[in-house]
Amino acid sequence: MTARIGVVTFPGSLDDRDALRAVRLAGAEAVSLFHADAGLQDVDAVVLPGGFSYGDYLRAGAIARFAPIMDSIVDAANGGMPVLGICNGFQVLTEVHLLPGSMIKNEHLHFICRDQTLRVENAETAWTSEYRKGEEIVVPLKNQDGQYVADEHVLDELEGEGRVAFRYVGWNPNGSRRDIAGITNARGNVVGLMPHPEHAVEPGFGPDSVEGGRMGTDGLAFFTSAIKGLLAKA
Amino acid sequence: MPKIIVDVMPKPEILDPQGKAIGAALARLGIEGFREVRQGKRFELKVHGEITEEVLATVRHAAETLLSNPVIEDVVSVKQKECGGNCGCGHAKTAETPNGQKDLLA
Repeated sequence: MTARIGVVTFPGSLDDRDALRAVRLAGAEAVSLFHADAGLQDVDAVVLPGGFSYGDYLRAGAIARFAPIMDSIVDAANGGMPVLGICNGFQVLTEVHLLPGSMIKNEHLHFICRDQTLRVENAETAWTSEYRKGEEIVVPLKNQDGQYVADEHVLDELEGEGRVAFRYVGWNPNGSRRDIAGITNARGNVVGLMPHPEHAVEPGFGPDSVEGGRMGTDGLAFFTSAIKGLLAKA
Repeated sequence: MPKIIVDVMPKPEILDPQGKAIGAALARLGIEGFREVRQGKRFELKVHGEITEEVLATVRHAAETLLSNPVIEDVVSVKQKECGGNCGCGHAKTAETPNGQKDLLA
């Protein structure tokens, strides 16, 4: 059997196609999900992709969070289904309270687009089990509202429980508190991050790496992690 | 037509990069004397008919659920904006506060 991983398209999603392609390249069946549908078409996991749902009007992710499909996703996530939010998808996950904190405008106010080094801080989540704790990976980062904020109590709790999943290495590109690039829920099935693993899954189309220009595929293990976990359970 | 005004501001402890940029631009223009600028959002909701306690409760609910994110923002006021009694909506002019608004946050 193969795992079925759904990718939700909201009005204004940009990276849904890349996420679907990443799912296929990792070896799962990619299922297109639509924001206005209520059902999840029996998928085993869901990716909320990057982009600018509803033009980032009001706040990034604030309107998408009320899409009909989100009720099913919240229920499934609370039941343990793996859910990954990338960039705008991460913003949706915080707005819908599956993950704590929020993203505000980058400290320097510029849109940023670069290859970004991250350290994997938690290699026990549904989306990171194929990495090693402490491993450094390079994936693209591109955002305007990428500054992760939460109150000190929440940040201490995230640190204490090992729920900081990824940290920026070197220059902090957006002013995120404690260099946080991504976090997980307590159970480890819901993960959100600002950088884009789905853009680093195929040689020739990823970030530069030691193998050569655009040869980086460090993002692929997000998807193989989820698939391996799902197949182990099946 | 009666309106309800909702003001939302970033929480005091949250850095406001936009406000900071605006403050720097003011200084560049030689408009000085301000210690800090913070930028918020104002929403205007036109109401069908009279503003009742029920309508206000609905707006407060909207303000807390959609218009603001309690992690980073505070709803600082929910106020009725008077129409002035001359717009033809039949809404009588009531006593105005100095800024023409009546605070209904309570």
